Formats: sequence, C-alpha cells, structure tokens
Amino acid sequence: MKPAPFAYKRARSLDEAVALLGEHRDARLLAGGQSLIATLNMRLSAPTLLIDINGIAGLDRITRNNGSVEIGALVRHAQAERSADIARHVPLIARAMPTIGHPAIRNRGTLGGSIAFADPAAELPACLLALGGEVEATGPNGKRVIKADDFFTGLFETALAPDELLTAIRVPAATAQTRTGFAELARRHGDYAIAGLAATARADGKGLSDVRLAFFGVGATPLRANTSEAALAHGDIDGAVAALDLEPHDDVQATAATKKHLAGVLLRRVAAQLMEAR
Amino acid sequence: MSDLSLDITLTVNGERIAERVEARKSLVDFLRDDLALTGSHVGCEHGVCGTCTVRVNGEIVRGCLMLAVQCDGATVETIEGLSDSGEVADLQRAFEQRNALQCGYCTPGMLATAQDLLSRGGVPSRDEIREHISGNYCRCTGYHAIVDAVEAVAQARAGAKP
Repeated sequence: MKPAPFAYKRARSLDEAVALLGEHRDARLLAGGQSLIATLNMRLSAPTLLIDINGIAGLDRITRNNGSVEIGALVRHAQAERSADIARHVPLIARAMPTIGHPAIRNRGTLGGSIAFADPAAELPACLLALGGEVEATGPNGKRVIKADDFFTGLFETALAPDELLTAIRVPAATAQTRTGFAELARRHGDYAIAGLAATARADGKGLSDVRLAFFGVGATPLRANTSEAALAHGDIDGAVAALDLEPHDDVQATAATKKHLAGVLLRRVAAQLMEAR
Repeated sequence: MSDLSLDITLTVNGERIAERVEARKSLVDFLRDDLALTGSHVGCEHGVCGTCTVRVNGEIVRGCLMLAVQCDGATVETIEGLSDSGEVADLQRAFEQRNALQCGYCTPGMLATAQDLLSRGGVPSRDEIREHISGNYCRCTGYHAIVDAVEAVAQARAGAKP
C-alpha cells in the first residue's frame, strides 16, 4: 500500500526538531525509517508531518568516556556493526547486530530509532535493558536522562514526552569481568524474533554476579527475569529455567506455550555463553 | 500545510535529475513511476521481500523504506545502472547459467545484494552468502542455485585478482 499524504520537513538542529515536535503534536520523527515507513505504507500510522532528523550534525557518533560508551541516536546498525569500539567495549550489541534485519535494513536503521520505537520483539531495547544503560532525551527544557529500567513503559510506549527526542544512549563499557550472552529464534534470519534473550553478567570467581536477563518478543516490553537472574548467579541453570515467570500472549508467529518453551531454550543457550571463559 | 511536495536533485545511474515529488512517495515508486526505471520491483512494500533493493550513496537500501525526498543530493544506482556499467555482468551470466532465476521478479534486488557482498572482496562461505541474501525472497529457485551462482562468481573474481 501507499502512505496517506504527509508533509515533510528537514530539521537542521536539535532545537528546530524540538520546536517542530512542540508545534505539531501528530508529527513523527524520521530517523532510519525502517519501521516507521513500513507502518506508514501499511497505513497503521498516518501523521500529518514527518520531521527528518537525519541532517542534524553530531548525532552519529560513538564515543567512550569514563567507563561508558555513548552511542548517538543516528548511529546506524551497519556503523555499529563495523565499529571496533562497539566490538571491544559493548560486545553484547556487537553480538546482537547481525540478527537485526538484513544488510539493506542495517544500512539505514538507527540504534536510537529502534530504542525509541520500542518494538517488543526488537533486539536493541532488550540489549539496552540487559546492559543497564540509559537514554538521553532532549526536549524544550534541555536534556534529561532516563534509566533503561524505567524507559520501556508499554507496548510501543516509552518514557519519552511527546515533545522529546532520544538523542543518545549510554551503556557501561565492558571490563575484563564482563560476560554477555545473546540468542534469538526467528523463522528467517533477520526477521523479528519469535523470542529472544540479551544478557550481561560479571564473572565472579568461578560464578557470576550482577546477572541481567532481558527477554524480548514475549511481552509488551523487553522483560527482566529477576528470579532467574538470582538462580543463574548461583550457577543453577535448571532453577533459572524453572523460575521463568513470563506470560507471553499468542501472536502471529507462535502460541504463548511455544514462546514460554522457547524462552527456556534461549535461557540455557545464553547461560552457556555467560559461563564461557573469555 | 506546505511541504507535501518538495523539489529534489539527485544523481540516478550517473544522470542528474531534478524533480518535484510528493513527500509520501517512496524511492522505488519515484524510480519506477517518474523515471520509468522499472527494473527495481515493488513487492511487499514493508521491507520484507527485498525486491526493491537499490544502492544509495554506495550502500544497498530498501527502495520501499526510503522516501524519494530523502534522496535529495544522493547518488542512486538501480539495476539499469549496474547492468549498463557491466559491474554485475559476471553475476548476471552466472545466474543465467545456473538457473538462479525463473520468473525473475527477485533478480534485480538479488543481484544488487549479491554484488554488495562480493564488493567486500574475498570468497564468502555459503553460509555467509545465505545470510547476506536472507532479506531477499525468491519463490522460484529454492535459493540453492542462487548461492551456487554467487559462490562461483566470488571464486572467479578471486582467481582473476590474486
């Protein structure tokens, strides 16, 4: 299908984008467009204005400072996939990247767009949650920081205000003790996952501590599994699987029962990755 | 509101183009309807099938998930350009020789995607070839012949350029 008519403006600066968002309450921001334009084409969304933020300078950088890595909102998946800094300092995102869409999608799609769109089956929101990262939001009153644990509030809903845009994400840089795990099950490589799991932990002697499990595709938002995290920290994989209390709904890809089963399969795979010596 | 249509200037297959386009028009519809470059096909229109794959500023993109207005100032290459320049001539020959197409609907996107992989150099594994073309549906061949063709060209190019 073809989209309903809309107007289009290129924002040249953050201030201009924020001002346009404030003036046009049914406007949508256009970054990579790999989800947005699909929803426009299917007429699932019909904004009157698209505000193209691709021309705003300075949002496409990956920078490391004081033990954290900042990824600008317009960093594209392909750019992150090629980045030596991401490979070295954010290995979880490096692991997830090849599973996100296909090469042509990754050339356009942005990390910031994926996180702000908050598709419950998308990889990057779960990665941000597993990393315990944060979102930098810019609005009329300047910048504020929202923790990943507080950011995803519902199905395609986030803590961003209508006149705010996501300008960067910040995640802790990996240390020698950092362990990461990532797995997803999809019908075709690059499709949205039926179920997936992103995880981080800290190697602590022979065991793990600070385990963070973030499931995706099994709820309205990416979901932590706190009881399973505690079990995994004690090395109890069976207990971690038994403690999974996800309540997925049936969707076009799989039944709730299948998703619950697959979540256990993923947890075993990811637990093995977390426990691998680096 | 104004801005429902915008003037854009871009280079398509080496030719400078200046047109006024509706903001809502996708790149692939612009190429097909306004420029009569019908080699790029329209399939699913939501980024799944890959038959609209074209190159923008040297990188493959979904022509249905990019707006024509976003290509102001860009360099766009379609299968017509890739064919005319001879860049994919060996791939086209290999596709023909190995029956890597039947109806041909996916072929322009498949060639652009395969060329994107091969332009990185080296000889990719069959798994890597499959992964790279995973975003391009083919409902005729079962993919095996396509992987054969891409692999054969990769090997031939590597042999030709030691």
